[in-house]
Amino acid sequence: MKYVCLVHFDGAVLDALDHAGKHRLDVDSVGYDEELKAGGHLIAAEALQAPQSAVLVRVRDGRLSATDGPFIETKEQLGGFILIEARDMNEAIRLAAGIPLARLGTIEVRPIYDIPVRK
Amino acid sequence: MLATLIRLLGSFELAEEALTDAFLAAAEQWPRDGVPANPRAWLVSAGRFKAIDRIRRRARFAPIAAELARAEEAVMDPEPEPIADDTLRLIFVCCHPELPPDAQIALTLREVCGLTTEEVAAAFLATPAAMAQRIVRAKARIRDLALPYEVPEPEAWAGRLDAVLHVIYLIFSEGYAASQGDAVIRAELCTEAIRLARQLVELTGTADSQGLLALLLLQDARRAARAGSDGGLILLDDQDRRLWDRSQIEAGMALARSAFARPPLSAYTIEAAIAAEHCRAASPEATDWGAIAGLYDLLLRADTSDVVQLNRAVAIAMRDGPAAGLGLIEALLARGGLDRYRYAHAARADLLQRLGRRSEARAAFRTALELTRQAAERRFLADRIAALSDDG
Repeated sequence: MKYVCLVHFDGAVLDALDHAGKHRLDVDSVGYDEELKAGGHLIAAEALQAPQSAVLVRVRDGRLSATDGPFIETKEQLGGFILIEARDMNEAIRLAAGIPLARLGTIEVRPIYDIPVRK
Repeated sequence: MLATLIRLLGSFELAEEALTDAFLAAAEQWPRDGVPANPRAWLVSAGRFKAIDRIRRRARFAPIAAELARAEEAVMDPEPEPIADDTLRLIFVCCHPELPPDAQIALTLREVCGLTTEEVAAAFLATPAAMAQRIVRAKARIRDLALPYEVPEPEAWAGRLDAVLHVIYLIFSEGYAASQGDAVIRAELCTEAIRLARQLVELTGTADSQGLLALLLLQDARRAARAGSDGGLILLDDQDRRLWDRSQIEAGMALARSAFARPPLSAYTIEAAIAAEHCRAASPEATDWGAIAGLYDLLLRADTSDVVQLNRAVAIAMRDGPAAGLGLIEALLARGGLDRYRYAHAARADLLQRLGRRSEARAAFRTALELTRQAAERRFLADRIAALSDDG
């Protein structure tokens, strides 16, 4: 089954890390992606730029509006995602717990919903 | 293998990761170097070394001395204990009285029977998210309390044996009538449950464990006759009784007699006696429904659940006619506890059909079908509905 691990963290906590700390986090994060890949669990993994870089798009009554992000003002913001294949929810939780940023932020594990499309 | 690694490493998570690593190493090495003489031992050994690698890699994040020492000790352990015992140990750990009863069973179904969180959640009528947390909490509690990974001393059995018996019974039930999927019977689960029950009899010698083993042997002896060549479900009445495993029935009956002579009688022992009555009958017509209904009366004293009352109602329908059974089932359904239980609606439908109340029977079969996820059972119910629509 597929699950997405949405990685949320407080940018300020990350900013507070020293250079060596940031470098280690990057190395560990890329390393963990490799580990997931080797285990056959990785489908896709990406990190996101800062929430302030986002543009929010809406269409209402046929009119497009584009405004500044972030979408929700919270301390912990969405900063990346890893789409994984896992046997079940508890395996997904175990894999999410290995994400290095789980130690600094929060990983939201969500099962993928299969949209039933009429054939 | 997982059970062995959990015992050696003392952690569910570490063991699961180690086993994954070991399989990966095998996928790489076996095609190149050939399959080792004892693949299980190879995997367990590889898993132990991989666990140490992982703990070392994590070293920078957390104090690990104790974990590492344990894993290193595990590698030093020259003689892994017999793998066969580890599953039973694992069940005993999962059934520790320090864990809530629901968590005991949920944990066992996932860790021992290999059901997914989502399947366990379905069995408990809970959401997968809630079930996942329950399993995480139970594992954390095992770790925090450092619950020993062992079969406890006989003095401590009383507190756990009931749960262990129940879990083995559930493993068998999931195998005998799978809750989902294509095949109605998952033979490997039935075989495993029987193996565990047999070990429990050897270990404890209690009448309850004898009763459980007797029940499982007698049910399982009919396995070959229970599924058609297309995987479809064949009811007791329609089974080819020549396919029943006679020697297994003899073994089950001997155990059931032995357990029956040692009161107080557990529900398993009484159920075994009921199964023995079915196995004794050379044909459906030869079934002694009077004896079976009497045993259900006895069972009701050990287990007052609605499901037992439902089965008793079916036996009474066979003894006294469909109308008598139907009254009991409708009274049970009116109380609400079996509303979502597919077999209650199927049983009611069957009795309605026998009474010639065809449109009501069809509606009741439809209700049962809506509640059924298992493919072979769905086909069976759909066929009954179709038959009632065609020639009525």
